[in-house]
Amino acid sequence: MARAFASVSVGEELGPKTMPVGRGTLVDYANASLDQNPIHQDEGFAKSVGLPDVIAHGMWTMGAAATLVSDWAGDAGRVVEFGTRFTAMVVVPLDGAELEVSGVVKSLDEATKRATVELTATAAGQKVLGRCTAVVQLD
Amino acid sequence: MPVNEDYVGRSFPPVGPYAVDPAMIAAFASAVGATDPVHFDSEAARAAGYRDVIAPPTMAVRFDQLASREYVQDADAGIDYSRVVHGEQRFTHHRPITAGDELTAQTTVDSIRMAGGHAMITVRSEITAGEEPVATTHSTIVVRGGE
Repeated sequence: MARAFASVSVGEELGPKTMPVGRGTLVDYANASLDQNPIHQDEGFAKSVGLPDVIAHGMWTMGAAATLVSDWAGDAGRVVEFGTRFTAMVVVPLDGAELEVSGVVKSLDEATKRATVELTATAAGQKVLGRCTAVVQLD
Repeated sequence: MPVNEDYVGRSFPPVGPYAVDPAMIAAFASAVGATDPVHFDSEAARAAGYRDVIAPPTMAVRFDQLASREYVQDADAGIDYSRVVHGEQRFTHHRPITAGDELTAQTTVDSIRMAGGHAMITVRSEITAGEEPVATTHSTIVVRGGE
């Protein structure tokens, strides 16, 4: 069931939600997304091009962050707009990493029953997404 | 070879159609940690008003990538993919991507901005099912200049 517009207020907080990411996660994401860039899977290759270690796909991070909004909306199909800048890498060492995602309702549009949610995503204490905003169609 | 600024406004041939099936959606949803039953359970999806299971919002990138390859791999576009960084991504969904869709995607180069030796390129892909608009994606890639 999608969330009711009348039940939502500006300033309402989403999360925080902590999501683990390991090397296996990135292999699964590479296969599902068709993005097989070796910097997301092969530690030796990643280091050979000057990266600190394997890094997550920016689009994995964006997709993981989307789950917080989808779950809050009550229906993933209600996320009608979603955008972000990629501001820092999520480094994924052999023993894995964690992404922490939180959000806040920034504005509500009475006419369309849409909410604009701003998301914050951090890994190892650093913000990895910038201006990450979703527009959600509520009931 | 530098990024070719003459490509602004150019549209590339549409790619597809690509069939969307429940396994593709479930694999993508699992990989991003999504647990919403609308991705996995066709009855839950139908109860929410959809024809069948629906894709997570960022799965549109799969079709965007297939379409934008036509541009990125164009020999005269001047894009060295080993120097590309993903700067920004936006999605507008006209309706969710749904199992059973046959999707076509077409990329247009919206802008190329040169700054400090780098090229910032924004491309748009229109994802459609037949004549029906499904999603519009905007991707900004940065092609880092040589050292």
